[in-house]
Amino acid sequence: MSIPSEVLWLDEHQVVSLEELTECSGLSRAELLELVHGGAIPVRETSGTTYTFSARVVQVARTAGRLRDELELDMVGLAVALRLLERVRGLEDEISRLRALLPRS
Amino acid sequence: MKYSDYYAALGVERGASQDEIKKAYRRLAQKYHPDVSKEPEAESRFKEVAEAYQTLKDPEKRAAYDALGQRPQGEEFRPPPEWAREHGGGDAQFSFEDVDFSDLFSRFGARRGAGGFAGAGAGMPGQDFEVPVQISIEDAFRGTTLELQLSMPEYDEQGRLRRVPHTIKARVAPGAVDGQRLRLPGKGGKGFRGGRDGDLYLDISLQPHRLYRATGHDLYVDLPLAPWEAALGAAVEVPTLAGAVNLKVPAGTSSGRKLRLAGRGLPRPKGAAGDLIAVAQVVVPENLSPRERELYESLGKESAFAARRHFAEGA
Repeated sequence: MSIPSEVLWLDEHQVVSLEELTECSGLSRAELLELVHGGAIPVRETSGTTYTFSARVVQVARTAGRLRDELELDMVGLAVALRLLERVRGLEDEISRLRALLPRS
Repeated sequence: MKYSDYYAALGVERGASQDEIKKAYRRLAQKYHPDVSKEPEAESRFKEVAEAYQTLKDPEKRAAYDALGQRPQGEEFRPPPEWAREHGGGDAQFSFEDVDFSDLFSRFGARRGAGGFAGAGAGMPGQDFEVPVQISIEDAFRGTTLELQLSMPEYDEQGRLRRVPHTIKARVAPGAVDGQRLRLPGKGGKGFRGGRDGDLYLDISLQPHRLYRATGHDLYVDLPLAPWEAALGAAVEVPTLAGAVNLKVPAGTSSGRKLRLAGRGLPRPKGAAGDLIAVAQVVVPENLSPRERELYESLGKESAFAARRHFAEGA
């Protein structure tokens, strides 16, 4: 009987470093910092030049890495795309909440 | 393996220039990229397009692809031995068992990274994988152990690519919600020559449930009420994921009123559980007995209640 693998929850309770974000997204440190400074990737805490992030942003950083590689977006396009995707996600969550209010039939 | 027509996937002629291939890819990638597209089948369509572009944008890979000749899309075939000698890194023993068509051309990356199949270059990290997983609301509530059967491309010590089946067990603690992402470090593709193993990401979604509608950790359930229960108030039994509980319905409850059962929704890994929200739905019998009709008629005559008073107020 094999032991189930270690599972990390990518949610607001877990914290990741900038280095971990570079590793899982394929973005360079400079690229990530550009997105961070532009507000496309929210920081959880800043201490001098050290940043920590909610693990929730792992998905954002991975999406950024994919968009850079697969759509060949530059950093400005990437930042705009991430902001728009965040807005879409927020609207989808709101639709989901409103749908849950509707009666089944 | 099945032949893939990469030129058809990109919608270009076989003699297309590199610039035409790039433009075709960009046009299709914008349309089908799964992070931005709502097109049906976007993910699988983008995969085809990206696979085609990864090969055709690289002159060496494109030459190897062209050397296979043109075949009907999806035709079963096996590259001839001379193709393996010429394009398989000089590895005449290369086996085409356990590889997909796309793996033929992914091999070039490993060869370059490793300085050739027999070379001793720097290690390459294993590939990360993202897998969508649907679980029931009951499993999200209680927690569950997933058993995933995945086929991952991996390089052996000689740099040869193989599809290797893996069974991965993952314990999902109670409290997963729709859209929850989980990461299994090191459970993606194997690293090559000292490169770290890739990670496996699970994208959790909740299956539709016959009673509950989930939004975050909160659950909504319709609560049908008879007219007299809604008017007079009642104690009713409501099903929750932990068993039925009694709920006091206040007198004068109309349809749409939300009655909250705190902490009866999905648990959170840290912090208080979500709520179960019962949404009142006043329902009436489709067919009335003569006595019921008489009582309703009598109530109608006696009652001063004007359900549409606000129509007049707004006029």
